[in-house]
Amino acid sequence: MLQFYLNDQLIRTSQPAGSTLLDFVRYHRHLTGTKIGCREGDCGACTVLVGELQPDGQTVSYQSMTSCLTPLGNAHGRHVVTVEGINAARGTLTPVQQAIVAEGGSQCGFCTVGFVMSLTGHSLNPKPGTPETALASIDGNICRCTGYKSLERATLALQQQLTNRPTEQPLAWLAEQGFVPTYFQGIPAKLTALRAATEASAVSAQPAQNSHSVTVTGLDAASAARAQVLGGGTDLLVQRPEQLREMPVQLLYGQPERRGIRREGHQIVLGAATTAQELLESEVLQEMLPHLPEYLKLVSSTPIRNMGTVAGNFINASPIGDLTILFLALGASLTLEDPGLGQRRELPLQDLYLGYKQLAKMADEQVLSIHFPAPLITDYFNFEKVSKRTHLDIASVNSAAWLRVQGGLVQAVRLSAGGVGPVPLMLPRTAEFLVGREISAETVRGALELAQEEISPISDVRGTVQYKRLLLRQLLAAHFLQFFPAQLQLTDLL
Amino acid sequence: MNHLDPARHVRGESQYLDDIPVQQGTLYAAVVESPVAHGKLLSIDFEAALQLPGVVRILTAEDIPGENQIGGIVPDEPLLAEGHVHFRGQPVALVLAETEHQAHAALGHVRVEVSPLPIITDPRLAAAQNELIVPPRTFQIGDTQTAWAQCAHVFAGVAESGGQEHLYIETQGAYAFPTEMGGVRVVSSTQGPTAVQRHTARVLGVGMHQVEVDVTRLGGGFGGKEDQATTWGALAALGASITRKPVKLVLDRMADLRMTGKRHPYSSDFKIGFDENLKLVAYEATFYQNAGAAADLSPAVLERTLFHATNSYFIPNVTATAYSCRTNLPPNTAFRGFGGPQGMFVIESALVCAAEQLGVPVAELQRRNLLREGDVLPYRQPTEGCHAEQAWDTAASRYNLPGLRAEVDDFNAQNQQFKKGLSVMPICFGISFTKTPMNQARALVHIYTDGSVGVSTGAVEMGQGVNTKIMLVAARTLGISPERVKVESTNTTRVANTSPSAASATADLNGKATELACLALRERLLRLAATELQLEYEGLTIEGEQVLAAGTPADTTWEKLVSAAYWQRVSLTENAHYATPGIHFDGQTNQGHPFAYHVYGTAITTVTVDCLRGTYAFDAVQIAHDFGQSLHPQIDRGQIEGGLVQGIGWMTLEELVFNEEGRLLSNSLNSYKIPDLYSAPKTIDVHFLDTPGHPNAIMRSKAVGEPPLMYGIGAYFAVRDAIRSFRPGATLPFSAPITPEKVLLSLYPDVLLTTPACVSTTVPTSVAP
Repeated sequence: MLQFYLNDQLIRTSQPAGSTLLDFVRYHRHLTGTKIGCREGDCGACTVLVGELQPDGQTVSYQSMTSCLTPLGNAHGRHVVTVEGINAARGTLTPVQQAIVAEGGSQCGFCTVGFVMSLTGHSLNPKPGTPETALASIDGNICRCTGYKSLERATLALQQQLTNRPTEQPLAWLAEQGFVPTYFQGIPAKLTALRAATEASAVSAQPAQNSHSVTVTGLDAASAARAQVLGGGTDLLVQRPEQLREMPVQLLYGQPERRGIRREGHQIVLGAATTAQELLESEVLQEMLPHLPEYLKLVSSTPIRNMGTVAGNFINASPIGDLTILFLALGASLTLEDPGLGQRRELPLQDLYLGYKQLAKMADEQVLSIHFPAPLITDYFNFEKVSKRTHLDIASVNSAAWLRVQGGLVQAVRLSAGGVGPVPLMLPRTAEFLVGREISAETVRGALELAQEEISPISDVRGTVQYKRLLLRQLLAAHFLQFFPAQLQLTDLL
Repeated sequence: MNHLDPARHVRGESQYLDDIPVQQGTLYAAVVESPVAHGKLLSIDFEAALQLPGVVRILTAEDIPGENQIGGIVPDEPLLAEGHVHFRGQPVALVLAETEHQAHAALGHVRVEVSPLPIITDPRLAAAQNELIVPPRTFQIGDTQTAWAQCAHVFAGVAESGGQEHLYIETQGAYAFPTEMGGVRVVSSTQGPTAVQRHTARVLGVGMHQVEVDVTRLGGGFGGKEDQATTWGALAALGASITRKPVKLVLDRMADLRMTGKRHPYSSDFKIGFDENLKLVAYEATFYQNAGAAADLSPAVLERTLFHATNSYFIPNVTATAYSCRTNLPPNTAFRGFGGPQGMFVIESALVCAAEQLGVPVAELQRRNLLREGDVLPYRQPTEGCHAEQAWDTAASRYNLPGLRAEVDDFNAQNQQFKKGLSVMPICFGISFTKTPMNQARALVHIYTDGSVGVSTGAVEMGQGVNTKIMLVAARTLGISPERVKVESTNTTRVANTSPSAASATADLNGKATELACLALRERLLRLAATELQLEYEGLTIEGEQVLAAGTPADTTWEKLVSAAYWQRVSLTENAHYATPGIHFDGQTNQGHPFAYHVYGTAITTVTVDCLRGTYAFDAVQIAHDFGQSLHPQIDRGQIEGGLVQGIGWMTLEELVFNEEGRLLSNSLNSYKIPDLYSAPKTIDVHFLDTPGHPNAIMRSKAVGEPPLMYGIGAYFAVRDAIRSFRPGATLPFSAPITPEKVLLSLYPDVLLTTPACVSTTVPTSVAP
């Protein structure tokens, strides 16, 4: 039995945990403000807010998510908000809605509610916003009518209003200003009560088992053995939604034991269910990788980053997975666990891939955590990605590079490349070539040439072989041009 | 005055097709598609599918009671395949089941056996094999053959433009209900309710009066639901008619992408000649239109390519020929611009080709040859109220074109990796359906006894704001508050025999009909007031709901007058008919006066290209546009911004990829990319030119739907300009869209990174610590 709040209503449902939140709100609750555009997280017409009770028990953190890819089970214990849950009395509009209407930001209207929800989510974000973060909040919403400028004007006008939001008790201000109805202020207490109630019933029902997954999915041992492990849903619900609806699922999203980014000595450790957005916002990571937010802005969109997990990206095994490419160059390893046998082992990420979508992992093994050696502040790191559309697109080719230089000589290198082989690649020969050399145009040219021998791209909808080869050369060059702007010139390399 | 719909849109209260409360007993339909692009249809085996839970019935061509035909211009398109299949995704059978999941689950259990036939996807190949939808058309003025001899400079080349997916965010769909007289009521997401009605009646073998089609609004259309909504309306109606149950059919996104036609790709040849003063003397173009497997609207799209082959330029000698080529792709269809953009891309390519070879700025050639008042277009219509030069000169001075050019050149001189490019794109677009008889509309206006007003027309609201414009026309004409006016759904039983909402003409045609109806009602009411109050009829007006006699308030108001009319048994309903005056066109000679008027404008585009990565970002598009006397500047600005960005998408990111088997590879939103927030230009300036409008435009507010799409063509040429700054003197093909792939390959054409003869395929192992 899944339990959560949908707007101001407590929901108790036995609908499948692997079905989509979108179908639930539209077809079971008949809340038709949430629209179906693509069912693959690429348009944002189905955007809703999902609120999670914070450890303080006093606040709820809201994130935008595309409900088409949100497993219904991921709503368990949370507050799901659709447009019907923020609408004020008939005849009045919330400031978000008012801003869009005033600027002519809605034409056919089919995408509009998605924008309303994303901007409402932005208004609820506890961190003070900027014009850039306000615009970033609608980076997952596609509009075919307006050309976006009116929506941009609405967003900037709204952000101007939000500068008046106090840092203390922002929710009370937001309710007073009509951004959200007043019932929002009672939600933390309601979620706290809901959590207490479900934990109590779980303990009485299944005292011996891991409480979270059991209460959510209600799986018995036999079902658990057949269950599909499901994280944010951003890959699996695109690939096989029909099957997931029909089968038991084990939900990992938001599990406390698989979350968090921390430093342990010289290692950085992150939980397998860490989301891309959590990476983007992590202060621990930003200290070592100051440009990480810029890289991650190129990875999908805000709602998808709120959902998609790091381990999910690894296990999906796309040869072009952005996070995989990034973590390969960071030298990441996985801690795998077989929950049945209670066994754990370590596996370097680069050894995970045997062939196209083939993994060096037992079916029952799950990723528990990910760790990588903390880069030194003097190390070089860069991530490059080119896709047809710069944002919210899948790469034609992506690449990351980590470099350590001492005494003018390259001491160690990791180079990764996506979209140029059947798996997310490392370029070991190129890296080996660089080690011990001085950075010069000649060295880099040699590396660019050698890299061509390590790749085997194919022509597909994301580019021809010729393009992918050329593009990888360019992206590798881009790493070095970024690292050594004083020593290297574009014209000397290419 | 705000556009009315948005206040409901932002609350999620606007009802679209899939939001209609489901009636009990509704069956859900899913479409079985042809698995190959061309072949002989041998058999359809659905016995296994019928055994699945919830599957109620599976319909094929044999079940069609009337005629299995939905072709609009040419009767060449069956509703369900019969005998042969002509494209991948062609509807072959219809599954009806109790739930949507059950209907979709059954699709995989229907076996369609096809014996394959050769597949053509290339329009030039189709033309070579005489696979033409209709005979070729030629527009001709002067004599190009002799004109070449007078030219000081002649250039020739090839230009290719790709197709474009409409990507309305609401997919195609229909919901059909059987009616008691043996007919059907269809709620359809269509721009052409009458087309759905006509073809459904034909398929069911009943009179059109037995088919009612109703449209509340569309979640986007852009031409994609002008003709191509018919299939889904007729299929749902067929299911409802046979089972006597409501049938709902909504395409999922990937089915919609696979099965529906798009903007036509074109491959074209051009030849262009100038005199020694760089005045245009002659132009020849041959267009090969990739029509897909059936005519759909292709012949009309082809015609508009010819109408706009010379864009905004005066050329005394023109020969333009167009071939509509039958290929094994889904039938291509209307898309904002309707063939005009494809024609304009070719002449702009020709001008750029000439400028590059002459070593003069292309803007010089463009400006020198702009249309002037009274210039005769190749189809013999003279310009009337021509604003081509005004638009160009206003844009050039207002946005400082020489300064922009200098800035771009300075930037490029100082930067190695980033290069800026600039282009100027003038447009001239004719307003009217080029098929003259379609330029008619009716409005049915009721005044209720409380003074509120209901207006029904043939206009379909799809985000363009036509309902708001019609409401404004009614309110202004009657002298009442817009709040009193409701624009009703578009329904074939209230307003019959309508033209589709298309050709940018919807507000003009339906607005004019509304104006006529309201003028008649106003006259009737004021004559009553004159009688009752014993006033002179001349000089009576209604303003702000108050009746005025020679400008001073008379002793009656709108409400009182309406009530009096009812009690005096004066009709409070009017049904008016409007037909655009003065237009005609002879399709044999290809001469006439097809357009009510033309719309003009000019856009200046600047872009920055990253010459390391091959990516680009548009800095600004600055536009001077001829709106006439805009009825609603916010709506009209929205059309410019939206049309522009859609046009930029067509020219840059939006790349339809079919393989040789006619299979769509860019088959989802993860592989077909339309502009997002960040790919729109950083700045879009829209200047409203001071122009009087045209009497044929509704309240002198000119049509605005399609023209701005063609400003997007400037995006292509701006990127090209930047590439040539990185590679001075480079000759580049004219091939749109100019994707990041094409940009990078153009920047580094000499790099041949061939696959080495021997490559390691093993997974690399660890190198770093």
